[in-house]
Amino acid sequence: MTTTVNPPTPEQQEGIGVRLRHGREAVANRWHHAPRWVRWVLLAAVIVFFYALPNKEFYQYLGPIPTPGANFTQVLFTVSIYVLLAVGLNIVVGFAGLLDLGYFGFFAVGAYTVAVLTSPSSNIKTLWPWLLVVPIAIALTMVSGVMLGTPTLRLRGDYLALVTLGFAEMIRIAAVSSDFLKGQRGFNQIPHPPGKYADGKPFFGVLDARPYYWLVLTLIILVVIGVRNLTHSRVGRAWISIREDEDAAQLMGVPTFKFKLWAFASGAAIAGLAGALFAGKQNFVNSQNFELLNSIIILAAVIFGGSGNIVGAIVGGGLVAYMIERFRGIELFGVELYEYRFLFFGLVLVVMMIFRPQGLIPNRRRAAEFKDRRKEVIVGE
Amino acid sequence: MLLEIEDVSLLYGRIQALHGISLTVDEGEIVALIGANGAGKSTTMRAISGIRPIATGSIKFAGEDISKLRADLRVRRGLCQAPEGRGIFPGMTVLENLDMGAYTRRDKAGIAQDLARVLDLFPRLAERRKQAGGTLSGGEQQMLAVGRALMSRPKLLLLDEPSMGLAPMLIQQIFTIITEINQQGTTILLVEQNAQQALARAHRAYVLETGRIVKSGTGADLLHDPSVKEAYLGVA
Repeated sequence: MTTTVNPPTPEQQEGIGVRLRHGREAVANRWHHAPRWVRWVLLAAVIVFFYALPNKEFYQYLGPIPTPGANFTQVLFTVSIYVLLAVGLNIVVGFAGLLDLGYFGFFAVGAYTVAVLTSPSSNIKTLWPWLLVVPIAIALTMVSGVMLGTPTLRLRGDYLALVTLGFAEMIRIAAVSSDFLKGQRGFNQIPHPPGKYADGKPFFGVLDARPYYWLVLTLIILVVIGVRNLTHSRVGRAWISIREDEDAAQLMGVPTFKFKLWAFASGAAIAGLAGALFAGKQNFVNSQNFELLNSIIILAAVIFGGSGNIVGAIVGGGLVAYMIERFRGIELFGVELYEYRFLFFGLVLVVMMIFRPQGLIPNRRRAAEFKDRRKEVIVGE
Repeated sequence: MLLEIEDVSLLYGRIQALHGISLTVDEGEIVALIGANGAGKSTTMRAISGIRPIATGSIKFAGEDISKLRADLRVRRGLCQAPEGRGIFPGMTVLENLDMGAYTRRDKAGIAQDLARVLDLFPRLAERRKQAGGTLSGGEQQMLAVGRALMSRPKLLLLDEPSMGLAPMLIQQIFTIITEINQQGTTILLVEQNAQQALARAHRAYVLETGRIVKSGTGADLLHDPSVKEAYLGVA
């Protein structure tokens, strides 16, 4: 009896990137072909897991997951804010394909609106309650999005990136130097969200970050449901067509400017909401909270996770924010790793862009666009 | 007149791409616009579909002045362009692409009817309906672009280089389909480098040179015009 050695199939030859993709596709396929109830049960399990996560009784059994160098519940709150921001930015970058480098600027607008209208250190001393100010903050960020978008969204490509970058810097500089926005001294005693336990103690206190995390988690779920519905509607189709080929979209009768503005404004509104939540939790807002780096981190998170895919944005935002915190308090050869967190972050991004430019969990369409663009590059050579 | 263009000029920055172009398209016609590379054919198309603003002159569609109308609103008036080359949505499937063609419409029954018609005209697209547009061959993408434009049920169909990059067999096929679409009642204005085919199929044609119309006539006349023959048909 003779044994024949099979030559490697093309799939075996193509290496790890392809195998990874096949692995993910297999998971995705299994997910899509699973019965509806299985999917709901899994989804419910994931949601329950994340609601349970900030409880010490639960996370102490999770081995290396809790952060050694920082209060895990606080970290979870930060991570949840980043996830919300990533979901919002994903509308702008992922769906409509608009490169927004100053997304954190809208977060700042939201946070400062709350600070100015609620804090006793504010010049105008309106001292309104937090809950009343949240819708105002969202509306104002939306307006600032429209104001910024109206002149720039008529232009294509790089202009928008530059203008948004400038916008975020303007907000930061205004925050640093204007007396109205209090610079480094900042605003204190920003009120917390309302709500009391049966015994009269406030639900949203100073020490326990869990209620804030639960609040953000709940809002993330609501926002995701809203965004999902939007993307499956005519609005979503218009966004995707603009991202894929703006001229062609216009030639098919899509009012491209209007939809770009909508994407921009919706993204801004979500960032405004995140900013308001942040201010309500922190109690204190000053100019150091809004560095340009944050805009870049969120953008990187969206691209890392898989631009154009809501799950990708959630995973990207969560992982990136968590990883940065996870380095805290770890020493290796006498060096605090946290100091080098952005070096690792940069390395991961570079490796990703080489092996998986479409992100961890890409959008099916987005992946096809990438292939198509690659083809174009080869033709152009 | 379905389409009337009068003295249209267009600038790309400081470079004038069109110098006072006038042309007309009557209902039911196939009109061809031929010319060399860079003569301004595609620019004329962009001016008509509205993705480039014109500097002077006027464009009238079905009696209405649309010179300043936004491109997407022109589609709603019944003017739809199949962009040249790769102007399809690469990440959408063939069906999703065709569905985008009907973006301005809401009559479900009519859309379904037109979808059946397009898939009937292009059996290749029917075979590949679930495939991403970007994975199609050049010829198939071209068919998809034409089919997608038809989905808007246009009064006037603008075709930008429908034969570009196609094998001779496919060129024949796509021109046969163009004639068929026209016979089913759609007026067509097409831009072509393949002057031979275009002139043979068109009722009338215009010759464009460096942003000016230098000749016009019936397709058959131009096909036998000595200077056209020399310049565009490769016959000495």
